[in-house]
Amino acid sequence: MLVLTRKPNESIMIGEDVEVSIVEVKGDQVKLGISAPKNVKVHRKEIFLAIQRENIDASKPVIDKIGEMGGIFKKKKVN
Amino acid sequence: MMKIKTKPYGEIEVNEKQRIFFPDGIIGFEGIQYYFLLDSREGPYYWLQAEKYPELAFILINPRIFKEGYKLMVREEDYKSIGIEEMNNCLDFAIVTVPEDPKRISANLMGPIIINKKTRKAKQVISENDEYTVKHYIIDEEKSRKEDLVESR
Repeated sequence: MLVLTRKPNESIMIGEDVEVSIVEVKGDQVKLGISAPKNVKVHRKEIFLAIQRENIDASKPVIDKIGEMGGIFKKKKVN
Repeated sequence: MMKIKTKPYGEIEVNEKQRIFFPDGIIGFEGIQYYFLLDSREGPYYWLQAEKYPELAFILINPRIFKEGYKLMVREEDYKSIGIEEMNNCLDFAIVTVPEDPKRISANLMGPIIINKKTRKAKQVISENDEYTVKHYIIDEEKSRKEDLVESR
């Protein structure tokens, strides 16, 4: 992994069109500014990981429990 | 018509129109691109059955049936990436997690699935609505929905 030291208001370029700048450093928090083309997805890593974990759990439904749940899991008309 | 093996119903006949293509796969299952969308025989939810992996199937639900005021908020680029130009062509679902304890059945509103109805291209996206998490317990959401209804009378 490349490790770079930067100060507030400095930035790094990733490729030609992604720029990550250090907006503010306060205690243990770093505020980053990211300029990237719209097709480049930028997410907090923990959100991505949370979805990944949930998908893995969801891929193993305990089928015989579905019927035990009332309400929406019983057949009814949906508007 | 063709036959596929499914997790909930064994071998069944499916129609080409039920075949959904995820160019990027589903998060955590990136290599798997083809699924079939099946009506559930038991209730108002759906199965997203992997075409080539009978053991892999997700349960999908329309969040509006349990979540009061649910609003899909997705980036424009995500819609465009699967060719959705107008919302009439968009189908959206939440993936449901069914653990041992049925009280803890939950829906993931942070990572909804959107499908282009015309081309049947689909994508799991990250919700732009910060209030939505990966675990909304359906039983709790339903309860608060009913309470809301009572209060509004």
